[in-house]
Amino acid sequence: MKPKNVPQTIITAAPPLLWETSAAPATRYVSSDPKPLDGTALVPEGLGRSVPLAFSEHSELQVVRHFKALSQANFSVDRNMYPLGSCTMKYNPKIAEAIASWPEFFNAHPNNDKSPALAVLGELQDFLGELTGLRAVSLQPAAGAQGELAGVLIIRAALANRGELETRTEILIPDSAHGTNPASTTMAGFTPITIKSGAGGKITPDLVRPFIGPKTAGIMITNPSTLGIFEDSIQEVARMVHEAGGYVYGDGANFNAIAGIIKPTDYGIDIMHINVHKTFGTPHGGGGPGAGPICVTPELAQFLPGPILEKVGDHYRAQTPEKSIGRLKTGWGNFGVLLRAYSYLISHGIDGIRKNSIQAVLSGNYIMKKLEKIFPAAYPETCMHEYVAENPYVAGGVHTLDIAKRLLDFGIHAPTVYFPLIVKEAIMIEPTESESLEDLDRFVEVMETIAREAQENPEVLKNAPHSLPLGRVDEVLANRKVIVKHDLV
Amino acid sequence: MEYKDNVRYQDSHEWARIEGDVAVIGISDYAQDSLGDVVFVEFPDLGKNLTKGQAFGVVESVKAASDVFMPMTGEIIEINVLLKDNPEKINQDPFGDGWIMKVKISQPDEYDTLMSAADYQEYVKGLD
Repeated sequence: MKPKNVPQTIITAAPPLLWETSAAPATRYVSSDPKPLDGTALVPEGLGRSVPLAFSEHSELQVVRHFKALSQANFSVDRNMYPLGSCTMKYNPKIAEAIASWPEFFNAHPNNDKSPALAVLGELQDFLGELTGLRAVSLQPAAGAQGELAGVLIIRAALANRGELETRTEILIPDSAHGTNPASTTMAGFTPITIKSGAGGKITPDLVRPFIGPKTAGIMITNPSTLGIFEDSIQEVARMVHEAGGYVYGDGANFNAIAGIIKPTDYGIDIMHINVHKTFGTPHGGGGPGAGPICVTPELAQFLPGPILEKVGDHYRAQTPEKSIGRLKTGWGNFGVLLRAYSYLISHGIDGIRKNSIQAVLSGNYIMKKLEKIFPAAYPETCMHEYVAENPYVAGGVHTLDIAKRLLDFGIHAPTVYFPLIVKEAIMIEPTESESLEDLDRFVEVMETIAREAQENPEVLKNAPHSLPLGRVDEVLANRKVIVKHDLV
Repeated sequence: MEYKDNVRYQDSHEWARIEGDVAVIGISDYAQDSLGDVVFVEFPDLGKNLTKGQAFGVVESVKAASDVFMPMTGEIIEINVLLKDNPEKINQDPFGDGWIMKVKISQPDEYDTLMSAADYQEYVKGLD
């Protein structure tokens, strides 16, 4: 059941492991011949290796081909459309890679205070301050989630400074939030209080009011929410939380839909982290390295993690605020990623960032409108950069997972599925501003084909994917019987 | 979908069954069906005292990890160790072998505040 018109981007056989293609050990492609080291004095008895360490034996070219094949077996945004909602798999411009390879940056010593690297970091702080309206910025956090934790720790430090840490123990979090919100809250020693979103999938002053009181330390709001909907009560909710003495944390996960259009300070945000990979096109990097800068109001600047760069005359000086929550990362944070974010900002300008946001929202709405008959929105209203669809084919036994797997056969990465949890069988589609109109239309066509198959030939979906090196993986077995070790010899 | 009537339910889909001064606690057939294949159960510590409505553990499926909440106040006196290696029992037999833990209840009256099978079935209908 191989679909037609699939771009030549799919490898159909799994590349073998290096160990499976190794020449006999006697071949000795590995040029180094390390002298045996007598480790008996260092290694306690019984823990030493009983058989010699096995190396796979390959020529350099064989190794290059091996890793090239592995890279081609991957789905990546350079090869495939990747509409993974909320994760924002936008294109990572090659100019940022080129700049990152300049020797001025690549070989920069972190302690050279004449290095242009410091100016990059200082100006990036200014850019983020300008875009968010939150002028005090620390680039330290190594990921969005760490930025989030930093933000909640700043709330903690600010409350301690006010002498109210004992009494203010609760942080309010809507039920559409990313799981990292309650996790950061708990790690920082607060109790997360879940707010059920209303009929339209949004939070309203009435829904939040009963939970606000003397115990309120703050609220964490993602705007637009993970439903891809703009929280139009956010200003009023923020006002209520402020009035009660709490802080308003803006989860920057979906900042890419509003950056350059509206400043989060305009609707009352005190603290916000930025996911530079979502908003400023840096690589996701398979789990790292990342960067999650944290931006706060001037009032909270004294608690930021350091070091922070400060412009003195024509150069930059590093400083850690007096009441800082401490360091979160060595050195200057993940400089390579921050440099790519800076390159993205410089090459687009603030106006370009604004255009990107507008295009992302337009593309999201285009897809939603084109698919409204076959994959209707769970909360039908104008969406932002993404929309959450329902799966109307469940009654016929076709689950969202089946639809997601079938998309892979067409050379398209699956959207985010089963999230947010408040929509059953959710399909969260985010095309990003990177995709051309032709590619958006191709995605719509593929979704139409899949909707047809769901009704006429559901078995094709239930057994998908059919054209990848691996068919349907048994997720249940993989979770219940976890094997994390591969025996090489 | 099964709605056993020898147990009572709360709105977050846990059930409780009274055996003397002990409540056996699990999740409903509806809950296991919504979660999908359960792969892991996180239990509370034995001897812990928890009040009705407090989260006592986590039931994790391939789709989601969900907190589970005390339907009644009491002390955790036994957990279903069978679930450690066989979490699928929750899917196969949510009211039988798939029970999660036993609680020595301190406020037996709370049982009456839980929903009957018929009320719970009506409640679930409203969710879809």
